[in-house]
Amino acid sequence: MADRGEARRAALSRSARIDLLVVADMVEPKSRVLDVGCGDGTLLALLAEERGVDARGVELSQQGVNDCVAKGLSVVQGDADTDLGDYPDDAFDYVILSQTLQATRQPRKVLEHMLRIGRRAIVSFPNFGHWRVRTQVALLGRMPVTDCLAARWYETPNIHLCTIRDFVALAHAIGAKTEHSIALDRYGRPMPINAPWRVWNLFGDQAVFCLSRKG
Amino acid sequence: MRPLTLRSPHFYIPDASFAIANAAAEPGIERVVTIVPKQRALGHIEADTPHSLAVHFGADRPLKMDAGGAFAPLSIAYQTYGALNAAKTNAILICHALTGDQHVANAHPVTGKPGWWQTMVGPGKPIDTDRYFVIATNVVGGCMGTTGPASTNPATGRAYGLDLPLVTIRDMVRAQAMLLDHLGIETLFSVIGGSMGGMQVLQWAASYPERVFSAMPIAAAAKHSSQNIAFHEVGRQAIMADPEWRNGRYLDEGTNPNKGLAVARMAAHITYLSEKALQRKFGRNYQDREAPTFSFDADFQIENYLRYQGASFVDRFDANSYLYVTRACDYFDLAGDYGGSLAAAFKGTKTRFCVVSFTSDWLYPTTDSRAIVHALNAAAASVSFVEVQTDRGHDAFLLEVPEFFATTRGFLDAAARARGIAES
Repeated sequence: MADRGEARRAALSRSARIDLLVVADMVEPKSRVLDVGCGDGTLLALLAEERGVDARGVELSQQGVNDCVAKGLSVVQGDADTDLGDYPDDAFDYVILSQTLQATRQPRKVLEHMLRIGRRAIVSFPNFGHWRVRTQVALLGRMPVTDCLAARWYETPNIHLCTIRDFVALAHAIGAKTEHSIALDRYGRPMPINAPWRVWNLFGDQAVFCLSRKG
Repeated sequence: MRPLTLRSPHFYIPDASFAIANAAAEPGIERVVTIVPKQRALGHIEADTPHSLAVHFGADRPLKMDAGGAFAPLSIAYQTYGALNAAKTNAILICHALTGDQHVANAHPVTGKPGWWQTMVGPGKPIDTDRYFVIATNVVGGCMGTTGPASTNPATGRAYGLDLPLVTIRDMVRAQAMLLDHLGIETLFSVIGGSMGGMQVLQWAASYPERVFSAMPIAAAAKHSSQNIAFHEVGRQAIMADPEWRNGRYLDEGTNPNKGLAVARMAAHITYLSEKALQRKFGRNYQDREAPTFSFDADFQIENYLRYQGASFVDRFDANSYLYVTRACDYFDLAGDYGGSLAAAFKGTKTRFCVVSFTSDWLYPTTDSRAIVHALNAAAASVSFVEVQTDRGHDAFLLEVPEFFATTRGFLDAAARARGIAES
């Protein structure tokens, strides 16, 4: 199993989803994990193989669910906006939402459910405060199109974009505590830990947060 | 014995157990097809002497029934496909739907048609008989060799008829467990079934969690809805309103409530299809004619189709058995057995579940499957859930729908790896 995990990690590090490796590193071995919007199950399979976690998923697309089921993963066809309410409190150690928060209809509600269902919530999202985004809006007067936000405004599924600072404010508003946070540069590499917030908010292409309930 | 008369000019009567006579045409009708049962229908012969394996449990091994008391003797007719491995870890139990039977992957002994799941079960198929040992039983209350109302009661020498205690889904599952004990199989690698078969799967997982490694309830529900019960009641009333039913003693009296049973089947068959599929397949098309005949003849293709479904059904199914199996579904309410909590039925389960529903199934709609998934999540069970996009209605579970087949194969392959079952 561990060998397969290594191979998967190597493949992922060459792919566009390096953020998944950062997410994976935040998960304790042998824990119970729910990945919301798990796609074809790449992250869940990595977690199962590398860390022996009890991996579960929720995925909207039938193709994604089928791919997951074929990998032996327990994945339910469902929607982050409507189906998280079905899960009981404290069912998981981690609830993961990678690159999906900005596509939900009610990000705040989704985040609150994640922290109700899981002890911790791990969220990765594209940073709308990145300087490339800001300059496209400020100088060109156009909605930004970047590597991370590749679709045009009329085609994008991303309806609730936020900056890193916006996300921090939301986490604060719902009473969540930030356990870890990492900003990634445009190559998906983690940025220096000790940089101040405004630097991350300007140069971070995307961010990964691990939140917990306060108290 | 009154013959069944079907006033349709182009009515195909497929079964050889009936003599077909062309009577003189009445005005407005091209011809009248008259069907005269030559002998006890083949379906009824299967009840006592099935073309399949059978095991008989005597008074020393009675079946505990929910209706009260212990029932004996009990016969269970079953079929198997593939081979049991040495460790006895590769057995799959397939549970049939309302009017299905144990003939999953072999020609049906009465109709001669392919087994009802021959596309799904067989060598190299998603339920691969080169890899798994597949067992399929006829349910208690059925009419294909497992004890049911058409079986002969050894105490009287006559068919049980309505003397058979009412059967529940749990009774069916208890009987299947008795068969497994008899076969020396402690745990099932998987229990799989659609519709009423899916109810048995859920009951298996709840009653014998330690015996079920994985489970696939397909197009099923954890309880019968008011609408479900309503449709079943229509069917039962159609049978009981047939004067040939004779209060359930038609086998003694040499009659057969074929008309009532055919109507019951026609009504039920509508619930198995989606409105869209009906429209696509039949629309308002006329049956071999250009214009309406201004009669109650089967002008429309859909009428002809339903009449065919009804008429061919009576060849292979017993009317009282239909009353019993529909009633078993109606009584099914798994949560009811666990203090109203479906999650409690699955508490602490280690079984891996794969729940499947079909978008156009309005008999057991996706919301029913979601309720099962919800409960399994609440019980922290390992569960996958796939809603398959199809316009083919409830019957989609019997059809070769690619996404459904891929899901089944993927789920079983992964479960087999976890179970350590060798690849074929």
